[in-house]
Amino acid sequence: MSSVDRPATAGPGFSALLRVELLLALRRGADIANPLLFFVTVLALLPLGVGPEPELLARMAPGMIWVVALLATMLSQESLFRSDFEDGSLEQLTLSPQPLYFAVLAKVAVHWLVTGLPLALLSPLLALMLNLPAGGYLCLFVSLLLGSGCLSLIGAVGAALTVSLRRAGLLMALIVMPLYVPVLIFGTGAVQAALDGYAYHVQLAVLAALLAAAAALAPLAAAGAIRISTDS
Amino acid sequence: MSEPATSRHRLSVRDLSCERDGRRLFAGLSFELGAGAALQLEGANGAGKTTLLRTLIGSAADFAGEILWNGEPLSRALPALRESLLYIGHQAGVRRGLTPLENLAWYGAAEDDALWALEQVDLFGFEDSLCQQLSAGQNRRVALARLYLPYAAPLWVLDEPLAALDTAGVAALEARMAAHLDGGGSILLTSHQPLALAQLRRLNLSDHAVAPADAWVGGASVFS
Repeated sequence: MSSVDRPATAGPGFSALLRVELLLALRRGADIANPLLFFVTVLALLPLGVGPEPELLARMAPGMIWVVALLATMLSQESLFRSDFEDGSLEQLTLSPQPLYFAVLAKVAVHWLVTGLPLALLSPLLALMLNLPAGGYLCLFVSLLLGSGCLSLIGAVGAALTVSLRRAGLLMALIVMPLYVPVLIFGTGAVQAALDGYAYHVQLAVLAALLAAAAALAPLAAAGAIRISTDS
Repeated sequence: MSEPATSRHRLSVRDLSCERDGRRLFAGLSFELGAGAALQLEGANGAGKTTLLRTLIGSAADFAGEILWNGEPLSRALPALRESLLYIGHQAGVRRGLTPLENLAWYGAAEDDALWALEQVDLFGFEDSLCQQLSAGQNRRVALARLYLPYAAPLWVLDEPLAALDTAGVAALEARMAAHLDGGGSILLTSHQPLALAQLRRLNLSDHAVAPADAWVGGASVFS
């Protein structure tokens, strides 16, 4: 897609948005490292807190990895729209003839690429540290891959609703946590089923369905929330 | 229909009153802005200049009265208005983590056009520095470089475009605005400084201010 034959008022297209968001994310290296460090640190401290019995850790591993991944995603999303709101570029996006849906989708996609994907990639390493039986690795990885996408999409709605508020952390947690619950239940449920030797495809299919629904609906909700937040 | 697109547009405001946070800012405001016309909004701080601009571009919906774009009410004509709109708000829409060149590319400019536009606002040599390392005035110039891109929209809505600009910058901006008006564009801007533009009309919002006693629209008066 060439930008030469497009009027400069048409606003950025989806690929341009994606490229710029990725560029910004890579320039703010700390924003990428923080959730991953949080993820690794909390899970590394866990055996020190509850004791080093291998059976106990193996029992806790799926739930703990999922809960910490969920918190890491949420903490990193609080500022998803903040800087764009403050410098006025979010307002420019609302004025663009391009649908806001795609702008939100581009931001969420990049957030998932720099947060959700690395969390899923790191999870087998932490599973090894927590003595997760070998049967659960693949399922844990796939469930986190699908689930973190849902978490990023849902979190974007909370971030959009609270973007104009100064200290939005707690409010965002209250809005987003109930919506995270189904993802958490089916994510840990899949890993538990895999550990118990049952088929876990159903849970993964439900996670994939949640992801599809969230990809269709969450950017719409977030776009609406952004319009409300910038109308003040 | 043989006229160029830029000379056909018309923004009409009839008996407009705006409110913000339950307080009515001004009432009975009417004006017309057609091709080749410029209007400078004046008024004390808090008189509602920014609110008026944001209402006219459809970003704030709390208003009473009529806003027409080419004779159609704003609710129906909003997509058409936004296609002809170039808005630079008080927050100029310059992303601090990007370079000036990348910022203009984000607005859809080709690289050659963007470089030329940056040269026009005296940012030649800064195109690859991050905007967070530039001064406030230079960041304002990055936003104003959008006015020099080809296909610039016919309707410019500028909120305090002169803020943080130096004298040479103000003169260059006035020249660009005059050229835009000569080409059939129109400009709506807020500023506290006088501008040297022949076509410029002025509108003081304080003349349309609502007395404090009548300003509150919330509470009991809504139900009476």
